[in-house]
Amino acid sequence: MSTLRVSIWRGRDDGRFVTYEVPRQASQTVLDVVTHVQRHVDPSLSYRFACRVGMCGSCAMTVNGVARWTCRTHVSKVVDGKSSNRGGVPVSRPAPMATSDAGDAAVDGTTEGSDGDGGSLTIAPLANLPVIKDLVTDMREFFDKWARAKGQFKGASTRQDDFARVMPASPQRRLADAGIECIGCGVCYASCDVVAWRPDFAGPAALNRAWTLVNDVRDVQQPQRLRAVAGDAGCHACHTQGSCTERCPKQLAPTAAIAGLKRATARAAMRGKL
Amino acid sequence: MSAATQARQGEAMSAATQARHWYWQRISAMVLAACVLVHLVTIVYAVRSGLSGEALLARTRGSVAFAVFYTMFVLACAVHVPIGLARIAEEWLGWRERASALAARAVALAIVAMGLRAVYAMVFA
Repeated sequence: MSTLRVSIWRGRDDGRFVTYEVPRQASQTVLDVVTHVQRHVDPSLSYRFACRVGMCGSCAMTVNGVARWTCRTHVSKVVDGKSSNRGGVPVSRPAPMATSDAGDAAVDGTTEGSDGDGGSLTIAPLANLPVIKDLVTDMREFFDKWARAKGQFKGASTRQDDFARVMPASPQRRLADAGIECIGCGVCYASCDVVAWRPDFAGPAALNRAWTLVNDVRDVQQPQRLRAVAGDAGCHACHTQGSCTERCPKQLAPTAAIAGLKRATARAAMRGKL
Repeated sequence: MSAATQARQGEAMSAATQARHWYWQRISAMVLAACVLVHLVTIVYAVRSGLSGEALLARTRGSVAFAVFYTMFVLACAVHVPIGLARIAEEWLGWRERASALAARAVALAIVAMGLRAVYAMVFA
């Protein structure tokens, strides 16, 4: 039975990587690894998960420098830095030390016959967010930005009115549908260089949601929304680097949404309507 | 954000102004793309037909085409460069919007002054 050496961030924004040894299984996700550490090695490890089947986005963490859903990341795909930081995505925490902390790390009971050569992994919390503890981040600012970008629907109909008729194949509805599946996991936000450079930048998720609402023909606060997403705290700070689109676990394209917002705000500004 | 929020947060620029900066940056980039291409071709030609002061001035003195083209080039630079530098100052040096806007204005004036002075010297002096 081989073992996997996994370095996990412990602490808050100040902290350190602690190395654990975990039995390597043939079919194993990164979430399995974290769960094993918490259940059998160190119960004080804090982390988030919910569905564990790739639907909720709660288990998003930084694995070998890349933001991913840990329940949907097979260890075999990322072990030994196979899928490590591919150019440009910010890694906000220092690289792990080579030695483990003797007091904390405990090799699992199944050391007999273990050759330790199951590879290595580094797991850290999502970037660009304050750390509450270990692998858990404070996502309030992520959702506050969503609200500030007018990411909420507001309609004018009442229950007395007839249903709104929106054709799914209409151009606007197609654009909205292309981005509507976002579940707010934060992977795009954690992958964005501009979020790292500009703390007030709304970020890809908030702007993607705003774009789906810009294309919602029932919504009645379009002028306010365009004003909210214009400027350097909004869509205009995006440099189209595309890490968000590259990393989105639901294959959404915030880059395209932001480009759409740039076009919409430019048109509105030219007509004096911004 | 509303005008009230903007005033409260001390934002130097309205949403409309920032949106305009964005599309003027794009428009001036298109102008510069064309100008740079022509400029490179001109340089290749100049290298072949003489690079001394006299040789250059002999070609540019009194040339309306040169004056028009390079004035356009200078003005496109004066739009494009300051906006870009302001963004870089904000993202890499952490400057506040007011400071970067002021610096951008100063750079724009400098480019216009120095650029048009150069065009004048090459064509009309």
